[in-house]
Amino acid sequence: MTRVTKFSGRDAGPSARMAGFMAHLRDNGLRVGVSEAEAALTALTQVDPHDPTQSRCALKAVLTGCAEENARFDDLFDSFWMNGGKVKERVMPSLNTLSDSVHSSRSAEGEQAGGGRGEATAPDGSDGEADADGEGKLVATTLRQKMKRDLRDVVQTDDIREAEEIARRLGIALRHRRSRRRKAAQKGDRIHFRKLIRQSLQTGGEPIRLPKKSRPDRPQKIVAICDVSGSMTLYAQVFLAFIAGLMRSDDTADAYLFHTRLVRIAEALRDRDPLRALGRLSVLADGFGGGSKIGESLMQFARTYARKFVDGRTVVMILSDGYDTGSADELGEAMRLLKKRGCKVIWLNPLKGWKDYEPVAAGMAAALPYVDLFRPANRLADLAALEPELMRL
Amino acid sequence: MDCTALKTAMAEQGYVVSDDLAMAVHLALALGRPLLLEGAAGVGKTEIARVLAAVQDTKLIRLQCYEGLDASQAIYEWNYQKQLLSIRAAADGGTAKEVEARIFSEEFLLERPLLAAIRQDKAPVLLVDEIDRADEEFEAFLLEILSDFQITIPELGTITAQSRPIVILTANGTRDLSDALRRRCLYAHVDYPDRQTELSILKARCPEVEVQLANQIIGFVQSLRKEQLEKTPGIAEMLDFAAALIGLGVTDLTHDPVILQATMATLLKTESDRFNITTEITQRLAGKAA
Repeated sequence: MTRVTKFSGRDAGPSARMAGFMAHLRDNGLRVGVSEAEAALTALTQVDPHDPTQSRCALKAVLTGCAEENARFDDLFDSFWMNGGKVKERVMPSLNTLSDSVHSSRSAEGEQAGGGRGEATAPDGSDGEADADGEGKLVATTLRQKMKRDLRDVVQTDDIREAEEIARRLGIALRHRRSRRRKAAQKGDRIHFRKLIRQSLQTGGEPIRLPKKSRPDRPQKIVAICDVSGSMTLYAQVFLAFIAGLMRSDDTADAYLFHTRLVRIAEALRDRDPLRALGRLSVLADGFGGGSKIGESLMQFARTYARKFVDGRTVVMILSDGYDTGSADELGEAMRLLKKRGCKVIWLNPLKGWKDYEPVAAGMAAALPYVDLFRPANRLADLAALEPELMRL
Repeated sequence: MDCTALKTAMAEQGYVVSDDLAMAVHLALALGRPLLLEGAAGVGKTEIARVLAAVQDTKLIRLQCYEGLDASQAIYEWNYQKQLLSIRAAADGGTAKEVEARIFSEEFLLERPLLAAIRQDKAPVLLVDEIDRADEEFEAFLLEILSDFQITIPELGTITAQSRPIVILTANGTRDLSDALRRRCLYAHVDYPDRQTELSILKARCPEVEVQLANQIIGFVQSLRKEQLEKTPGIAEMLDFAAALIGLGVTDLTHDPVILQATMATLLKTESDRFNITTEITQRLAGKAA
């Protein structure tokens, strides 16, 4: 059996050790706060705290909240309390170490700031990738795009206007999701009994008017995620115009783009002036036309933004060709996580429009089981044609 | 009752529980916090609530969740037919106000699970089954009830819990639950039982099964779970399988491949699983288990 950590005599006793344990859990990504700490201490009063098995089980029940945390808890518990009899000098990170980390992060920042300026024009290493927008770019590049591209050259204002109209129609098509819960309504398919009884009181129990209830339409939110990596250069124009249109016609919509990293572009695209919106977008889209890390980007999305903005009433629209430089497993896992939010996933793939296209790219194959609708799209007209399918979704 | 006593009491009811889970249940009782159980289908999440009710000698009130679950199904509803009849019967007597006071009284109230749970004299076990099937609105609403255990009915006023129910929520991960709900609850992940635990479950539930066959059944089911299956057999399936074997008078799994393959109907519940687990595979698994 692993031996219990010996604590130094200088620390302030059990409650300080518990506080240290909380900090240890927080450092390792568990979401524990003051109320959890309180609950944990209360829980320990209910068991025999000298028995490691009992206190382990008790703390596990109180401090974890999902299967993943549950599985990691034992290791975290061991590393703090069962440290093989090693003496732990400090239970809380002292001020000294804190200032250390502040110092180091500051110096790192300085380095980054220095490097950051040069990055746009000359990133790390190897040249010889000059033909950034050469044809036949179907293989995703691992190198980051060097040339900073102005999106205003890519997207035309007229396109945005047309896209706006299409996006508005698609938005309406998606919105036609009926709630399962009925609400009082002028015209409805069921009688609203509660109202009926109330009203009939005035007429001596005679129900003269029959109030109705119906299933109201519930708004669905659209979240668009657009791939702007090198292999998508040709199609990004269409998709970005579409997203710009979508953002302007629908206040609840949300948009992201990714190449080697994920960027939220919703705010930038809401600018009233479409050209200025694209200008702001260009600043955000540094790296446009470079390599693509779909798995990593979607994973980042699923872990961060999706937790806040994606729920059962969201349609996630991914616009990508599925050529990934990362591992297919990560993409599959990201899609699984995303799908667990309860959303609908539409994947629009420009290559699917090609004759004889098969989704053989490993990434695409891994993602497919989690996709509700997989359709070709490389022109605005294709997007417009989606309307009836979205109605059925 | 401490954790070990609880474990013994649950075992007496035929439910063998792991240490983790026993502690979670014990703390839920001691701290009066809801307990969220997650795990695959068929590992006995719902059963815990039933057993706990038996151990505590109290009522089990169950709310099955589904999308679109609303107040009239979860909390209360007025008995409209009765109300209508009552209004008509009293058409000649009483002012409108009196009629109103009468028809919106206790007598015309239909209790649904949540209201029933907070109006018990003795704290019941409230099982909110498959909470992940309900939508986000209901989850938010449930949070409110779980925090103050009171329900407001406009016509009757606020009803406060006479005794705080023991709340057990189950989920099998069809969608993510909100962090707020997770934070309010204690958490336990219920997994498929290990060999020893499952063996004691089988002995507790089917005392008539022979020791050798019991070992074979558990070995077989445990290794079947490791195969690539669409639907992994749970504990209930294992018990069905044992019952089927006993019913057919089988004493040794390896004796008759045809009967074994036929009894697979109790374990494999999808067409592709039936197709993929061929007689050769069942024979190999049975041979290993023997």
